[in-house]
Amino acid sequence: MEQNNTQVTVIKPISGWQSLDFREIKEYRDLFYFLVWRDIKVLYAQTIMGFSWAIISPLIQIIVFTLIFGKLAKVPTDGIPYFLFSTLAIIPWTYMSSAMDASSNSLVAQKALLGKIYLPRLIFPIIPILSKLVDFFISIVIVIAVLVFYDVSPTWNLIYLPLFVLMMMAVPAAIGLFLSSMAIRYRDVKFALGFIVKLLIYSAPILYSAQQIPDVYRFFYSLNPIVGVIEGFRACLLGTEIPWLYIVPGMFTCVIGLVLGALYFKRMEKVFVDVI
Amino acid sequence: MKDIAIKVENLGKCYRLGAKEEKQDSIVASIADTIRSPIKNYRKYRSLYNFDEADTDSANVLQALNDVSFEVKAGERIGIIGGNGAGKSTLLKILSKITPPTTGKTTIKGRVSSLLEVGTGFHPELTGRENIYLNGTILGMRKTEVDRKFDEIVDFSGIDEFLDTPVKRYSSGMRVRLAFAVAAHLEPEILIVDEVLAVGDANFQHKCLNKMENVAQSGRTVLFVSHNMAAITQLCERALWLEKGHLKQEGSVDEIVTAYLSAGTAGHSTWVPEEGKELIVACEVKMLGAKLNNPNDVKLGSIANFDSPLELQIRYEITKPSRNVKIFYRVSDMSGNLIFTSMDTDSPVSHGHLRDAGEYESNTRIGGFLRPGRYNITIGAKGGVQRLDQFENVLTFDVSSQGCPMVPVNRKGIITPVLDWQIKPAS
Repeated sequence: MEQNNTQVTVIKPISGWQSLDFREIKEYRDLFYFLVWRDIKVLYAQTIMGFSWAIISPLIQIIVFTLIFGKLAKVPTDGIPYFLFSTLAIIPWTYMSSAMDASSNSLVAQKALLGKIYLPRLIFPIIPILSKLVDFFISIVIVIAVLVFYDVSPTWNLIYLPLFVLMMMAVPAAIGLFLSSMAIRYRDVKFALGFIVKLLIYSAPILYSAQQIPDVYRFFYSLNPIVGVIEGFRACLLGTEIPWLYIVPGMFTCVIGLVLGALYFKRMEKVFVDVI
Repeated sequence: MKDIAIKVENLGKCYRLGAKEEKQDSIVASIADTIRSPIKNYRKYRSLYNFDEADTDSANVLQALNDVSFEVKAGERIGIIGGNGAGKSTLLKILSKITPPTTGKTTIKGRVSSLLEVGTGFHPELTGRENIYLNGTILGMRKTEVDRKFDEIVDFSGIDEFLDTPVKRYSSGMRVRLAFAVAAHLEPEILIVDEVLAVGDANFQHKCLNKMENVAQSGRTVLFVSHNMAAITQLCERALWLEKGHLKQEGSVDEIVTAYLSAGTAGHSTWVPEEGKELIVACEVKMLGAKLNNPNDVKLGSIANFDSPLELQIRYEITKPSRNVKIFYRVSDMSGNLIFTSMDTDSPVSHGHLRDAGEYESNTRIGGFLRPGRYNITIGAKGGVQRLDQFENVLTFDVSSQGCPMVPVNRKGIITPVLDWQIKPAS
């Protein structure tokens, strides 16, 4: 009956750059769904606090940063209370840093699976991008509570929020595509990533205000898409004017990074299993 | 009707072996080496996957597969046999798309499921139910397909009470049963199976083999790798014999299995102790050697038909007159289970006899009741009070299923003796 639509697979040596096979990814969507779900389900297995860890850990970070940078160092924040100022940045940053970390380590972590069965490998670095969103949406509770506490009312700027959520997902996705395939060959990535993620927090206006960067450097500064995500989030939620000058350059970086990342990933894919 | 399901043309695969590390013997040299090493390492890891013409015959490149071509017709069951490192697993990995070939081309018609391991992707924190879905989709099933077969899978595994318990609390046997149950319910057009039946207890193994037979009989194409010749003979109609990456021979399963076994790559039919280690101090017996022999056909060496025993000859020297020397051997299966022990003093004539110093040989026959498969023989001697020395697993032999009146795979138990029955109408 199904004789006519039997699929034919040709297996040949692979060399050079490969294009992405979206049809294949669609074919495996059930598996993709189950792997994301496994990640979420397993994350807080056998913990007492469960999903409240998604609130506790960023909250403590916010409190510590407020004490050090707000109270002691008195970093200027354009008149916004430091607690409010840092909350709006730490929440998306927590997502980005943890997704970046998980995505970059995804292939090495799943090496047992890689060698035993064929799956479109591209799904591995993408899984943490989605599964970490659960933590992010839970930690939004902190944002709402802080906004209510400081009596900030919602504005039409919120329309743009989904755009910045997308951008927030694109940053770790692009980095994860590059680093996960690189980590398979060079385990150095694992060691470098640990402190680079910690340092990246200073590359964007998370603990300080973007106004402190001299205008001459603004363009180069804004090529970093993390800057755009943070500025976008603040403006959307506080209802201030959206600083597109800080955002648009980063968007381009994101798109280019995603495309190059995916191509690099596909190029490396053929050697994953042999060098793992 | 019988079209080609898998066509393999001139397939080859190279691996680069790890280059030898250089050692420096002075502190200065090794510091200099450490400074230079990032560049060297970079070159080394980069070179892992670049091959050009000149490379293929260089010393640190391994040709895991070399110019292998064959065809598999739709609905055919093919067994792949060969010693360790023959390239069987590499071939399966290429056919399952896990790793690309270095040269050649393969065309596959139909949906492929490969089973190179049972329980791929099982997560210990998830429950049995959740793992069924996860493992099922990893093996290539759709969620709706798992839904449909869920009850059957649970039934086959026999773990229904523990369905909502995390898998980490399962015994290892339960885990294997659950994993195989999922795999057994795959319905691909082409099934690729590596040595996965070598897990679980004997009963479950039989259940799996039966299930595999059903799969094979339902007209699906099956590629099956195993060291278990009995299983291959039972499941497959044709066989490929790989040796050192080359396709050595292909043909009907009986032909290939016999050729493979008699090539001597299979068993060790003679044993001579290493120089200086032949002295068994405990009882003053010096082992000189042992050999297995098929009395019907010398060419077959250490392969016995089910119904015709092998001859075992143990040669030794008694270094001083003794009344207590006992020569024995033990037979164990490939999983290490001891099947039985036999001693030359079991025959009443030889018991308690005073023997002079000199060379002796003890002869015996093994067989007639062993389940088809491969066995190891341990040879030893005993003397005095509780003194015993043995040489472990020095001989290996195979029992084929030829001449076996039953279907041995279906028969439960460690041995398959053919015993005497009388059937008559009750008076």
